[in-house]
Amino acid sequence: MGRAEQHLVSRAGSGAHGLHLLFPGDAQSVRQALKTAMAAFREMPLGGSLSGVVEIVLAEVLNNVVEHAYAEHGRGVVEVEVELTPAGLAFCVRDDGRPMPMGDMPVGAAHDLDVAADDLPEGGFGWFLIRELTEELCYRRIGNRNQLSFRIARDANAATP
Amino acid sequence: MELSYEDIGDLRVIKAQEDRIDAAIAIQFKDRMRELTDAGPARLLLDLSRVDFLDSSGLGAVVAAFKQAAPDRRLELAGLSPTVAKVFKLTRMDSVFTIHANAGDVAEKFARAG
Repeated sequence: MGRAEQHLVSRAGSGAHGLHLLFPGDAQSVRQALKTAMAAFREMPLGGSLSGVVEIVLAEVLNNVVEHAYAEHGRGVVEVEVELTPAGLAFCVRDDGRPMPMGDMPVGAAHDLDVAADDLPEGGFGWFLIRELTEELCYRRIGNRNQLSFRIARDANAATP
Repeated sequence: MELSYEDIGDLRVIKAQEDRIDAAIAIQFKDRMRELTDAGPARLLLDLSRVDFLDSSGLGAVVAAFKQAAPDRRLELAGLSPTVAKVFKLTRMDSVFTIHANAGDVAEKFARAG
């Protein structure tokens, strides 16, 4: 996938029907890539509230790559491919970092919030949000590469509580 | 991570001057909130009206700020954007926090009461 550079190294194939991004696996690059992706989605025929869902999911997925697959060392590249389909958006995110623990995605269960203030959870929301807002979520380890694919339906926003 | 604040009687309104509270600045946010809440009055209102986007790390930092303030001080929220409100709703954190539509209304009530 090439070496990591300071900037977005590619935005090949972006257009009305898709997006292809390649960027270094660190927090600042993820911020920049999200900005680029959201600007591209705004040009696609999606509702405004759906783009909120897309930003939440993509931010969580990419944060996980930086924090876990690349364990904050900032080396490595992340690839995001998005295709606009009649049903919604199809995503494929790849990285060359560590595999998911036990070879599978975390469960991401809802937290019990009926607890004392001191015991309120400060983390573990990411996978819960990803699972709530996506369909056909699939993780595969292919050689030394992680591949996470999922769809966000056009009516994903309506389906949320 | 920039937070500004204004004290109105026993209310401190803290305004996040960022368009995102995400993994890149969540720790700074939490530390800065501690400075502003530790020395603050009993009622704290976090005005998020400038924040377009908050991820799970940002949510965790807001929860941490709430816990830091308790039990002596109470942190409430105002001015959630649709996407920020969605994160609170999906995670059901909207049941933990008192959330106001906008900070101005709360401040006005305090100004009148004071």
